[in-house]
Amino acid sequence: MSAAEWRRAMNTGAGRRAWSRIPGGPEAGGAPPSSATVAMVAAPGIEARIGALLGHIRLRHVLVLAAVLVYPWVVNSFFAFQIGGQAMALGLIALSLTFLGGYGGMVSLAQMTVAGVASYMVAIFGVAGAAQGGASSLGWPWEIAVVIAVLVATIFATLVGWLSVRTEGIYTIMITLAIGVSFYYLAQQNYSIFGGHEGFNQVYAPTVLGINFRDPIPFYYLALFWALAGYFFVKYLLRSPFGIALQGVRENPRRMNALGFHVTAHRVFAYSVGGVLAAIGGVLMVWYNNRVSPGSASTEMMLNILIIAVMGGMKHPIGAFIGAIVFVLVQNFAIDIIARERFNLVIGGVFLLIVLFSPDGLLGLWAYFRDRFLSGGIQSKFKSAEGG
Amino acid sequence: MTTTSARRLFWWIVIGVPLAAFAVWALDDNAKQFCSTLLNGITLAALYFLVASGFTLIFGLMRNVNLAHGSLYLFGAYMGWIVGDATDNWFLAVGVGFASSALVGLLLQVSIFRFMQGQELRQTLVTIGISIVLADLMLWWFGGEIYSFDPPRAIYKSIPLLVIPKYPTYRVVVLGIAIVIGFLLWWFLNRTRVGMMIRAGVDDRGMLAASGVNVQRVFAITFAIGAGLAGFAGVIGGSALSISPGEDTRYLLASLVVVIVGGMGSIPGAAIGALLIGLAEQFGLSYAPTYGIVFTFLIMVLVLAFRPNGILGRRTA
Repeated sequence: MSAAEWRRAMNTGAGRRAWSRIPGGPEAGGAPPSSATVAMVAAPGIEARIGALLGHIRLRHVLVLAAVLVYPWVVNSFFAFQIGGQAMALGLIALSLTFLGGYGGMVSLAQMTVAGVASYMVAIFGVAGAAQGGASSLGWPWEIAVVIAVLVATIFATLVGWLSVRTEGIYTIMITLAIGVSFYYLAQQNYSIFGGHEGFNQVYAPTVLGINFRDPIPFYYLALFWALAGYFFVKYLLRSPFGIALQGVRENPRRMNALGFHVTAHRVFAYSVGGVLAAIGGVLMVWYNNRVSPGSASTEMMLNILIIAVMGGMKHPIGAFIGAIVFVLVQNFAIDIIARERFNLVIGGVFLLIVLFSPDGLLGLWAYFRDRFLSGGIQSKFKSAEGG
Repeated sequence: MTTTSARRLFWWIVIGVPLAAFAVWALDDNAKQFCSTLLNGITLAALYFLVASGFTLIFGLMRNVNLAHGSLYLFGAYMGWIVGDATDNWFLAVGVGFASSALVGLLLQVSIFRFMQGQELRQTLVTIGISIVLADLMLWWFGGEIYSFDPPRAIYKSIPLLVIPKYPTYRVVVLGIAIVIGFLLWWFLNRTRVGMMIRAGVDDRGMLAASGVNVQRVFAITFAIGAGLAGFAGVIGGSALSISPGEDTRYLLASLVVVIVGGMGSIPGAAIGALLIGLAEQFGLSYAPTYGIVFTFLIMVLVLAFRPNGILGRRTA
């Protein structure tokens, strides 16, 4: 078999995961290669590529893009900032988990911890209010602080990956959870660097070219920009040789190893890539909250990211953002349904129902209903899109 | 053969000599602090062993990473507190702590996990959901207050131990309980029929089912015992310290780290892991207060780096 054929074969199986069942039936794994894959493999010319890319754009894509662009102007600042901005930032962190879990087969609970490390670094290296117990920030310009934050968080994520790829499957969850909770306790106990229980306050988003990113609408667009960038980056990466090899590793590590791929290197690099995404999300989160404390990376927050990713569906990068929007809406409006303090009960219950009855999350639910009630024959429109 | 023993000797020296040097220095510097830290570490390890043994028992047989284990700990503790408060009988509270968590565990296994055999990741996600819901329900019911038990006076005083004039008796009692429970588990797993089935199930589930054993019943029994141990430890640990929301995460982390270090599914491994982690935590708190957790973490990293399956772990799929 040629390399191209192998890649195609790997790409086709992308929709399958060992632990979940596709509602449409098992034949999805053997579906014919999507048009995008064929176009990419067969026509390497740049014009043909652009043509294929444009041909892939559907009305719903344009509609969604227009909607998210117009959104902050038609709603009040609460919806633009608290709902829109927060959902984009959380979605970006959840996207890193979707990438690792859905495509790499490694469910890492430490993604929020990576984001938390980035948040802390922004506060420690940048400008922040005086913290308790002698920890003080260095007060460097925000550009440098952000670059260092993303760098340090990515290195941290790589180390987490290096450590946890030694194990597989459920062990990964345990180890990343242990790492995350350890970081939480470290940040809480340590006053000299992390500012202890209180953490850092007054970490503000910068003003660039007269635009104050603390304001709701600029922050929304900032978060949206990085969310879109992350989304398209992941979509691109999944079609690159690395992404396809990663999906191959998820399906069958031993076979990929026999084919000459360095399985461990692919996995660790996936952690690094996820780390970059989570780190950017962490920078956005610290600017959103204006503060960072151990609670920013608590077990609850770690689980929230998992809830977002699983609730949205880990079979397509968009699931992370759908999950984040639903999550933030429930978080803010649980008060109207049931008492505010019972938010965890609502979200935990929803999560439990989703895991019990629809392992592919809201995306899986949508696919199920569409197959069942709408065009029953074309069940693979969605599934063929997810390979690329 | 000789290379293995030489390497083992090398590691004993690399790890042992600095530790021995530290012990000598610390004894010379402040013998009282060293001894009390040592005792605290060992007794904390006893508590960790109680929690982690149930976790590892469930994992060993069912490959189910029960991340609701911490919630079962807290649940048992609260239930025990209610009964202890109403009847003024601490021993009854301990029994109820075990029974209530065992019942919840049994219900979970029979009503949910039975239908997801082999889907390990999904089971784990379900346990996460259960832990969130349970934690919030308990917060709702019991509020954020701190509850404490009222054990009998006989075990709640202090005795002289080593160089410490007054060491809390209760901590020594916890150590004793852990040893007894460890022995009972050993006896149960090695000397009874059900224990034999459990051990067979750990090795080969399919073969056990093929020999005519009702595997589902063995699973249910194991899950009940593992969950019950968590509730039991809840009352024991709640009496040593106190019970409040957030303890579930703490003991979940403890069980996770203990079984990762000791080797998943192995009861002796849980004992070794608990001892290492308990000592590391207490010595860290005592000698390097703000970096205490780093020692725990370092042990985990080292073990994973050199023995990915834990100290006594076996390579199974």
